[in-house]
Amino acid sequence: MKQFITGNEAAALGAKLARVKVVSAYPITPQTVIVEKLAEYVANGELDAEYVMVESEHSALSACIGAAATGVRTYTATSSQGLILMSEIMFIASGLRMPLVMANANRSLSAPLSIWNDQQDSMAVRDSGWIQIYCQDNQEIIDSSIQAFRIAEETLLPVMVCFDGYILSHTAENVDVPEQGGVDKFLPPYKYPYALDPEHPVTIGAVGVPEYYEEFRYLLQEAVLKSKEKIVEVGKLFGKQFGREYGLMECYHTGDADVVLVVMGSLSGGVKDIVDEYRKQGLKVGLVNLRVFRPFPAKELAEAFGGAKAVAVIEKDVSMGSTGGLFLDVSVALANAKKAPLLLNFICGLGSRDVTAAQIREVVKSAVEAAKTGEVKEVVRWLGLRETMVGLK
Amino acid sequence: MSKVCKEREKLLPGAVIVEPGCSERTETGSWRSQRPVVDEKKCTGCMICWMYCPDIAIKKGKPVKIDYKYCKGCGICAEVCPVKAIIMEQEGKK
Repeated sequence: MKQFITGNEAAALGAKLARVKVVSAYPITPQTVIVEKLAEYVANGELDAEYVMVESEHSALSACIGAAATGVRTYTATSSQGLILMSEIMFIASGLRMPLVMANANRSLSAPLSIWNDQQDSMAVRDSGWIQIYCQDNQEIIDSSIQAFRIAEETLLPVMVCFDGYILSHTAENVDVPEQGGVDKFLPPYKYPYALDPEHPVTIGAVGVPEYYEEFRYLLQEAVLKSKEKIVEVGKLFGKQFGREYGLMECYHTGDADVVLVVMGSLSGGVKDIVDEYRKQGLKVGLVNLRVFRPFPAKELAEAFGGAKAVAVIEKDVSMGSTGGLFLDVSVALANAKKAPLLLNFICGLGSRDVTAAQIREVVKSAVEAAKTGEVKEVVRWLGLRETMVGLK
Repeated sequence: MSKVCKEREKLLPGAVIVEPGCSERTETGSWRSQRPVVDEKKCTGCMICWMYCPDIAIKKGKPVKIDYKYCKGCGICAEVCPVKAIIMEQEGKK
């Protein structure tokens, strides 16, 4: 059924359709509507779940771990400062292999205080052992939320469903909402194999002494890397049942491209228009919209670049003291490649700075020039930066 | 190969342990640098040390008995004993 809903509503509806049994979350802009909607569903009797009120995000995720350990489907949502406050517990959730699902409406980090959008928050927790899926529109939010539970439960890994704050969280779109019966078929009731049960006592959260710790970290790393196959499998099954197939990334005109742009999240819609523009002019420009950032699909990405001469990574985050976080991973994907494209990095949209068509055309021009000359003048550039304000002009 | 697989099977996801009583197998007595020694004549069997012991390493009785397999030598028992019946002795001293 088509519904005209915001990204936040799509996330909440996804969790409701998954019949989550426990929700513990703390309101924070711009995801608050998710928390409110879920509270409403529980209060109205539309969702048979325990809604655990807490005093912080740190407690919210802790409560979720406790709930998941009893073997029930568990959900939370957060943004920005809330996510960072959760970060300690995020590492514990993945280390304990708790199949939680979390929505993250991407928002910038303080200071200076900003409630607006970029992807610095989820980038900051990329090493936490959570699967990270980025959505480009509200349809992807509801679809990915439903898939996330199956991925989490079949890999015993926590999954983050990330989407750009305001741009998606507060923008209404027509969304095809799957029927409850179909989702029930796709997501059978969940049973955690080591659930807490007085009849069969287990120890969860034991000490990892030096003789064991490294092995468990290896096993976690292996599980996250291997989850790539499960994400693809679940995306295909979802496609079979609901008609919308998902993978690790979306490739747009990359086959013969000399220049490939890489983005994550809601940027992709606008960037596709620019790609179309250049294609009409006969320029071989393509786009990779990366859906899954963790596990990082290095091999698949390198394949998608094909014979491209230049790759431009456009991202809404920066790893302070280095480059953009996505750029780092893209670089690693091409390490040891026999013939690698030249790489350019563009930082943009921090704290909801507008990313304009003109800026993306600048990116394409720079990449085309690099491809032509075989030279990159400036590896990292900031788009939309008011250069006089920072003393650059 | 089969040995590797067997060992790996023991490592359950998230370090879950399905057999109860695993802490019993960790003999923490080896951590000790000082050992509590009970003066059997002075001990009144008041059980204050038994109550305070964080490792359940004191057995009830008059006199109380220290379980050296698990006692880490923290010295709390010696500190709380109202009649000073427990003294801490250096381990490995000849």
